[in-house]
Amino acid sequence: MTAVETKRISLKDISLNFEEVEKGLTNREALEESSRCLYCYDAPCIKACPTGIDIPGFIKRIASGNLFGSAKTIMSSNPVGASCSRVCPTEELCEGACVLNHSTKPIMIGNLQRYATDWAIENNRLLFNKTVSNGKKAAVVGSGPAGLSAARELALCGYDVTIYEAAAHAGGLNTYGIVSFRLPQRISFWEVNQVKSLGVEIKTNTKVGADISAAELLSKYDAVVLAAGMASVPNLGIEGEDLEGVYDAIEFVKNTKTKPLTDEFKGKKVAVIGAGNTAIDGATCSVRLGASNVKILYRRTIDEMTAYDFEYEFAKQDGVEFRWLTAPKRIIGKDGKVSGIECVQMELGPEGEDGRKRPVPIEGSEFILEVDAVIKAIGQKRHKGLIEEFGLEEVGGVVVVNSETYQTSNEKVFSCGDIIFGKGFGEAMVVTAAQQGKLAAHAIHRELSKKTASI
Amino acid sequence: MADLNIDLAGIKSPNPFWLASAPPTNSGYQVQRAFEAGWGGVVWKTLGDPIINVSSRFAAVSFNGQRVAGFNNIELITDRPLEVNLKEIYETKKRFPNHAIIASLMVEPKQEKWHEIVKKVEAVGVDGLELNFGCPHGMAERGMGSASGQVPELVEKQTYWAKEAAKTPVIVKLTPNITDITVTAEAAVRGGADAISMINTINSLAGVDLDTWNTIPHVGGKGAHGGYCGPAVKPIALNMVAECARNPRINVPISGIGGISNWKDAVEFMLMGATGVQICTAAMHHGFRIVEDMIEGLNNYLDEKGIPDLSGIIGKSVSKYSDWGNLDLNYQVVARINTETCINCNKCHIACEDTSHQCIDMLKDGDGNAYLKVREEDCVGCNLCSIVCPVDGAIDMVEVPSGHAPMTWNQRQSALGVLEKPKADVAK
Repeated sequence: MTAVETKRISLKDISLNFEEVEKGLTNREALEESSRCLYCYDAPCIKACPTGIDIPGFIKRIASGNLFGSAKTIMSSNPVGASCSRVCPTEELCEGACVLNHSTKPIMIGNLQRYATDWAIENNRLLFNKTVSNGKKAAVVGSGPAGLSAARELALCGYDVTIYEAAAHAGGLNTYGIVSFRLPQRISFWEVNQVKSLGVEIKTNTKVGADISAAELLSKYDAVVLAAGMASVPNLGIEGEDLEGVYDAIEFVKNTKTKPLTDEFKGKKVAVIGAGNTAIDGATCSVRLGASNVKILYRRTIDEMTAYDFEYEFAKQDGVEFRWLTAPKRIIGKDGKVSGIECVQMELGPEGEDGRKRPVPIEGSEFILEVDAVIKAIGQKRHKGLIEEFGLEEVGGVVVVNSETYQTSNEKVFSCGDIIFGKGFGEAMVVTAAQQGKLAAHAIHRELSKKTASI
Repeated sequence: MADLNIDLAGIKSPNPFWLASAPPTNSGYQVQRAFEAGWGGVVWKTLGDPIINVSSRFAAVSFNGQRVAGFNNIELITDRPLEVNLKEIYETKKRFPNHAIIASLMVEPKQEKWHEIVKKVEAVGVDGLELNFGCPHGMAERGMGSASGQVPELVEKQTYWAKEAAKTPVIVKLTPNITDITVTAEAAVRGGADAISMINTINSLAGVDLDTWNTIPHVGGKGAHGGYCGPAVKPIALNMVAECARNPRINVPISGIGGISNWKDAVEFMLMGATGVQICTAAMHHGFRIVEDMIEGLNNYLDEKGIPDLSGIIGKSVSKYSDWGNLDLNYQVVARINTETCINCNKCHIACEDTSHQCIDMLKDGDGNAYLKVREEDCVGCNLCSIVCPVDGAIDMVEVPSGHAPMTWNQRQSALGVLEKPKADVAK
């Protein structure tokens, strides 16, 4: 299939629209590109990678045909390195730091990383071996990037690790939250299996606080890693939110990854509220489900938008319209179904507490858009209940941790990933979550080794 | 428009680019296509007793994804009857009277065999002869090619036999599979050679397949050494040309061969003493049309330098090539890093640190930006940093005054000899 064909949206077979958009590098392309890498010493790309992957090292291994070694180099630094090769904002991270930006073109590090990990996936390779048990037990709550990463590192250190996952499958965001045409589920499942193969037990459909209590975890395990991510999208707090045709963007994306693709969006008009990466996902999924018109409504301007530049470009390529300085006022329904949305035009006022200019409604500028569906993507709620269940110190629903060890107010509990992501702390990226998981695991190991040593 | 004509030992051609004796010059059809494309001359694929070839026969060495960095073959001389070749030479010469056709020859080391073949090929109108004393495989096992070429007496004797019968100029093509090529070159000159050409291919094994463990190439699971050529052999060939060019006993023109892929390579060979060049691998890689750029590039080079014809470059670098003992021990260069251009890949640092003289420091400026600096007092001027540097202009090798008058090793030794002599006298 050529690149041109993949860009076209099929209305006949929607499933084609959910196949991975970007094709992997061919062997020849990978060889040529990897040969271009300078193999820098003390390379800036390594420093720019939150997980510190030895990038020149894995690329050199591709160039020499040592693909097993290449995949292992990647995955040993980043337990979700296959997913990251697809979802990382590489131009802001490794590729942005590539020294060749100054002379020619940066190396396609992301694509090369994907090439090496795809090789391991296609050849069904297990990259790591089970370690001898050290007799200690650790529980991990949540099996997303942070939890998986923590579990993998703990398992490699010899811990008996059990992951508790509320969903039916492990993988968290990578399994459910990233659109299939960017990250197919099989990639996430392979990463989960790499962790499982180290003897990590994953109890799915098991919700901490309901199926097992926090107290029980604390008493049964030597350490607990709380990596439960984020919850659903909050309500808009406007009229009409319970109408049929109003969706939570997270749920909406999840459905495209877990259920047979629906054709009920064919020819429909969709409004997406918000302009983060999840909003883009909601919008592009709508297009790919056959919607005739998709608009992203954002109450601020392009400058405040949190979606990555490449996501924004991608959405535009898909024909998504962007309406800046537009806020929803109420969702209009007919026979219990969405039929329109009333919006108000905004303007940017003085800076608010967060340093961003606050949007202010322009009086009398209300207008109505005819839509058949509304997708909410204005951020995500926190797992407040879970944090309370563990009795952890928190600020605004965000667990407070030591910024180096990820230890919480309960010395037995370490926390990482989106559940500790707050304004001004870290970035909401898969790769940072993976790194936090690693660091939390290492901190636990240090702590527990100390204790053993002192006995 | 510069004059690109050459006259190599009496063989004239409209430009210095000849196709070497090899698969590209196997037939009249190919040679005529080559002349149409612009080649100035060809050395017709070696004539002799037709042989049987094997399949497969070629292999390429690639480097960093670059195809045909080196090339290897186990093909032998012509596999077509002599009469057919002679007929085609005759027809081709008639169609292209101003282009050079040289017949490459290889026969058993017998006087009558050489007389016989020389007469036959000259009868069809060739402009010259090239004696193949270089082919390293197959024919060598039968006492021909490099088996002859490695024995100076045989080179001399056979050249003499060929010259006994020849009316056209005789070029002797030398094998590089020898310790000192000037020895066989001198033998060829003693035998009466009008010119020498070099190099033929180098004994080689292109590779081994990691899965089948077969040699590359293999013939039904078995391999044999082949002849190595292509860009990878150029430095070896250039050195052999240079060694012959600066040897006063080898006072005949040289036809340069070995890894010449473009006009620049050709200029290098000519500066180092070659009157013309022969090309094969580059044509096999890209087809005959590469000669267009060779001719144009050479012409433009001469025009830009204001040089009217090739005599202005031939041999002009020979006097610059000498022995180590004649190099100035007090000449000093050091590396200097241009921090404006440097992209901070730090390849120079690690190359110097691990494998040279540890004189490139990784530093940080007042703003915390990384930069590299050479400690010039410790730099020996080895060039390694500038070689590994991927950015043009980021590292300059700068001449610095050493504070001493120039002195070569040979001068130093003779000066020491003078100094030591009186000592010996005192001891008496």
